[in-house]
Amino acid sequence: MSGAARDIPVGALATARAVRAGEVRARQVAEAALARIETFEGELHCFNTVTADAALAAADGVDAAVAAGRDPGPLAGVPIALKDNLCTRGVVTTAGSRILEGWLPPYDATVVRSVVAAGAVVVGKTNLDEFAMGSSTENSAFGPTRNPWDPGRVPGGSSGGSAAAVAAGLVPLALGSDTGGSVRQPASLCGVVGMKPTYGLVSRYGLIAFASSLDQIGPFAATVADAAALLDVIAGHDPADSTSLAVGFEPVSPRLDEGVAGLRVGVISDFLADASPSCVAAVRAAADVLGRAGAVVEEVAIPALMLGLSAYYLVAPAEASSNLARYDGVRYGLRVDGPDVTGMNGRTRSAGFGPEVKRRIMLGTYVLSAGYYDAYYGQAQRVRTLVARGFADAYERFDVLVGPTSPTVAFEIGAKATDPLAMYLSDLYTIPTNLAGHPAVSVPFSLSEGLPVGVQVLAPALGEGAMFRAAAVIERGADPQARGPIEPRATKVAR
Amino acid sequence: MTPDTSPGPGWEIVVGLEVHCELSTATKLFCSCPNAFGAEPNTNVCPVCLGLPGSLPVLNARAVEFAIAIGSALGSSVEASVFHRKNYFYPDMPKDYQISQYDAPINVGGRVELADGSVVGIVRAHIEEDTGKTTHVGGGGRIHDADYSLVDYNRAGVPLVEIVSEPDIRSAEQARSYVNELRAILVATGASDGRMEEGSLRVDANISVRRAGDAEYGTRCEVKNLNSLRSLGRAVDYEAARQIALLESGGRVVQETRHWNEDEGLTSPLRSKEEAYDYRYFTEPDLVPLAPSAALIAAVVAGLGPLPAARRHRLAGLVAADGSPAPVDQLATVVGLGLDDLVRGAADHGADPRLALARAANEAANRPADARALSSEAFAALVKLESTGKLSATQSKTVLAAMLEGGGEPAEIAARLGFEALGDADLDAAIVSVLAAHPAEWARFKEGDAKIAQFLLGEVMRATRGRANGKAVAASLEARRRS
Amino acid sequence: MPAVTESFSRDDVVYVARLARLDLEPGEVDLYAAQLASILDHVAAVTGLDTTDVPPTAHPLELENVLRPDTPGSTLDRDEVLAQAPLAEAGRFRVPPILGEAP
Repeated sequence: MSGAARDIPVGALATARAVRAGEVRARQVAEAALARIETFEGELHCFNTVTADAALAAADGVDAAVAAGRDPGPLAGVPIALKDNLCTRGVVTTAGSRILEGWLPPYDATVVRSVVAAGAVVVGKTNLDEFAMGSSTENSAFGPTRNPWDPGRVPGGSSGGSAAAVAAGLVPLALGSDTGGSVRQPASLCGVVGMKPTYGLVSRYGLIAFASSLDQIGPFAATVADAAALLDVIAGHDPADSTSLAVGFEPVSPRLDEGVAGLRVGVISDFLADASPSCVAAVRAAADVLGRAGAVVEEVAIPALMLGLSAYYLVAPAEASSNLARYDGVRYGLRVDGPDVTGMNGRTRSAGFGPEVKRRIMLGTYVLSAGYYDAYYGQAQRVRTLVARGFADAYERFDVLVGPTSPTVAFEIGAKATDPLAMYLSDLYTIPTNLAGHPAVSVPFSLSEGLPVGVQVLAPALGEGAMFRAAAVIERGADPQARGPIEPRATKVAR
Repeated sequence: MTPDTSPGPGWEIVVGLEVHCELSTATKLFCSCPNAFGAEPNTNVCPVCLGLPGSLPVLNARAVEFAIAIGSALGSSVEASVFHRKNYFYPDMPKDYQISQYDAPINVGGRVELADGSVVGIVRAHIEEDTGKTTHVGGGGRIHDADYSLVDYNRAGVPLVEIVSEPDIRSAEQARSYVNELRAILVATGASDGRMEEGSLRVDANISVRRAGDAEYGTRCEVKNLNSLRSLGRAVDYEAARQIALLESGGRVVQETRHWNEDEGLTSPLRSKEEAYDYRYFTEPDLVPLAPSAALIAAVVAGLGPLPAARRHRLAGLVAADGSPAPVDQLATVVGLGLDDLVRGAADHGADPRLALARAANEAANRPADARALSSEAFAALVKLESTGKLSATQSKTVLAAMLEGGGEPAEIAARLGFEALGDADLDAAIVSVLAAHPAEWARFKEGDAKIAQFLLGEVMRATRGRANGKAVAASLEARRRS
Repeated sequence: MPAVTESFSRDDVVYVARLARLDLEPGEVDLYAAQLASILDHVAAVTGLDTTDVPPTAHPLELENVLRPDTPGSTLDRDEVLAQAPLAEAGRFRVPPILGEAP
C-alpha cells in the first residue's frame, strides 16, 4: 500500500533506515502520517488526541540531528502512537475516562522518554477501554474505535486504538498495555503484531495503573521485526519502578531470523477446545509452519491454565479497586461538588467512571473485604501459583507454546456490550500469561471470512528471544492478505 | 465532673501507646522529595508522593536502616517483611491508600526499660508513609465547623516508624516516662529527633480500666490529639476516671475513638464509626519484599552507641560503688540530657561519682548545652574542691554556674569570687555566736531534736555568707552536743 | 475456609459502593447486584479448589530489597501541579468540609 506521499517507506525499520540515511526527511514522514490520520480518523476514532504540532517539531528535531551528523536514534523519524493511559507531559491523558478528561500530566512515562530518545515521533494518544478494562474499546468514555477491517466491528481491547492505528497504516508503531490480553487480543482482531513482555522487562512508571501485578506495556507493529525493534527500545531496568527487572536484557532483533531448528513447540490443547474453528485451524497451520521449519511440535495439555480466567477476575479487580481510589476529585481530574468531601468523592466517581469500571471496583472491593479476603483474593493468589506451576511443568518439555490469541474474530460493536461475562471470555487464552508474568505475542496468520485471525506464541519469563524467532517463522508462513496495514474498509463486511 | 487523678481503690489503669515517629532522612519514604519541615505548601512534591496516575514507589534505603536501628534499640527481632496497602479515603491521602506494613512488620517484639527500672513490652515497630496536612478554614479552624479545608502534601510520604507497646503501662506518669524514654532512644539512634510539639513524635493512647486482680482487660478507648507529655498524662487520668465512673454507675464502656480536648481537659467521642473500619489490607504489588541481611543488621547494631538504659546502668554502677544505690531521678536526668559522659569523665579524673552526679543533675542540668561543652577535667576539679571541703556546697554551685556561663577553671573562679574555705577558727567563732544568739534552739538540739539542726546550720551559713562547709558545721555541732 | 454460598446481594452492593465512594441510584443497585452475582458465581469456582500447601503468588517476580539512596531529587513545579487541581487556594488543594477524622 502507499502512503499519502510518494517515497515514504512502509514500516518502522525501513522508515528509520531511510531517515538515518538522509533519503527521506522525518518531516515528510510525519506529514504523511498526520494526513492519513486526518483522512481516516473521523471513521475510525483511533485517537483521543492528535499532537500534530508537537509531532512536526519533533520530526524537525530528528532532521536537524541527521543534518548535524548526530545519531538520531534507532527509530529515527518513525511515527508512533501511544495508548492514552501512558502519561505524556503537557499532552492530555485520559485513560479513556471522563474522570481524567482534559488532564495534563506534569511528567512523561519512562517508555515515552525512551521512544522519544530513540528518535520516534509521537503523533498522538490512542483510544482505549476506560482504565484498560475491556476487550473491545467500547468502554471508552469517548466512543468506540472501529476495526479498519470492518467498521461495524470492534478492534478488540483494551488497546483498540493503537491496534487499529497500525492496522490502518496511520502509524507503523504503537504502544499499548496488556493486563489480561489487551495488546495481544486487539492485535489478533486487527491483523497486526502485538506482544506482552515478561513482567518487569518494561518500566511501568507513567503507565496509569489498572492491575499492578499484571500490567505491562507492549509494542504494536505490522511486522514481527518492527515489533522486536520497538521492544528493544523500551525494555530495560528503570530505577523508578521497583518491579523492574535488573538483569541484563538481550535485544531480540539481532537474532530474530535465526530460525527454529530444534525448537520444542507445544500446542496448548486446552485452548483449542472452545475456540472457533477458524482460530483452531490457524493454530494448527501455524504449528505446521514451525514443524516444516525444523521445530519439534507436539500437543500439550495444561489444564491449570483454564483456572486463569477466574483467578484473574478476582485479582485484577481487587488491585484495580485500590489503584482507582485516588480518583476522588481532590487533586486533578473531574470534580462534582458535594456538601462535604465524602459527598464530593461519591458524586465525582459516579459521574466520572463508566459501568464496567464501577463493576470491577465493586467486585474488587468485595473480594478484599473483611471476611471474604481469604476465600476469594487469597485463593486467587494460590490459583495463580497453580497456573505458574502448570506453565513451569510444560516448559520443562517445551521452549515455546502456541495457541489461539482470541476465541473468535472481531465481533460486532454492541454484540457483547450487555453481557460482561461474555466479554470476559475474550481473554481466556491471554490471561494465563499475565498471571504467570510471562511474555507472549500475537502474530497475524489467516483470514476468516475477511477478518483477521492471530496465533499466539508463549514463552517462559525472559524467553522473548525464542518467542520472537518462532513468531518470525510463523509470519513467513502466514497469509500476506491477513495482515495490516490495509486501507480501512468503508462498509461493513457481509457475513 | 472533676475527675480525681488517681484511680479509686480496687481499680487498675491499663494503657498501651502507639507512637509514630518521623524519621530523619533527607528524602521521603518512596520518592526523593526533600523531607523538610516548613517549606511553602506543595513545593516538596512529585508524581509519587502526590499519587499521580502512573506513579510508583521506590523504598528509601536510609529509612530502612533507621527502622532497623529503632528495632535493634528496642530489642526487637528484625525480620524479613513486606508492605501492604491500607485502603481508605481521606483528603490528606494522595492515593487514598497508605503504604504500611500489616502482618509481616520489620520489627517484632522488644521492650523498653524506663528510668525507674520498670519495663514496657513492645509488640512491633513497622515502617509506613505519612499523610499530607489539612488546615480547616472557617469555624475557628476546627474540623467540625469548617467551611472548607485546604490540603498540603509536603508531608505526604515522609517516612514514619510506628511503635506499638504492649498494654503494660499502669499510670499517667508511667505513660509519660515511657514516651520520654522512647524519645531518648530515638535520639540516641539518630533515627528521629522525636519532638512531640513539632509533630515528629505523635502519640495515641489506648486506655482501659479493670478491677485490680482481674485477668481480663476491660474495653478500651483510643485517645487521639495528644500534643505534649502533659496532655498525655492528663488524658490518661481523665479517661481512666471517666471509664471508672461509668462502670461504677452500672454503665458499659463503648469501644470507640475519642479526641482529647486540651482546653477543656476532657475526651469526647469522634464523629466516627462504631465497628472496625474495613481497610482491605493486601500486599503492595508495586513493592517487593524486604529481607535485611544479617550483615546489614549487624552493621546497624554496631553503629548504635549505648542506649539510655544501658547508660543509666553504667552510671549507677559507678555511683553505687560506695555501697548505696544511686538516686534514680538523678540518673534519669543526667542520661536524658547527655551528661553522663561528663560525670564518668569526672570520676576518671578522681572526682567523687556521687557528688559529680548530684551536681550534674541538679545544677549543670539547668544549662545542658553548656554543660555538655564542659571539660570533664574542669568539672572534676570543681567536685574535688567541694568534696575536700575547700568550697561549700553553695559556693560550689555558684562556681559551677560561672563555669557554665563563661567557662574557666574552678580554682581561679573561686579565688576571683573571694571564696576561700572558712578557717577552723572562723568557723568556730561563727558557730559560737549563732549558738549564743539562739539559746532555746541550742537547748532543744542538745536534747536530741534533730530537726532543729537544720535551723542552726542555716543560721551558721547566713553568718558566714555561705562559706561554711555544711558537713563541717554539722560535725562541729554534734561534737559540741556530746561534750 | 468458609464455603461461599452467598452471591452478590443488594446489601453487598450498598456496602462496597459506600466503601468505594460510588454513589449509586437505587435502580443501579439492583442492576449491578444482578451482574456482579453472575460474575461472582462464575469466578467463585476457584473457591472450591483444593489449594492445600499451595503458597500464594503476590508477585510474578522473585525480586527483593529494591532500594534507592537517600539523595534529594527534583520536585514538581507547584504552579503546574495546581493548574490541574479542581480547586486551589493559597498554594493548597481546596476541598469541601471534611466531616470526621480519618478512619
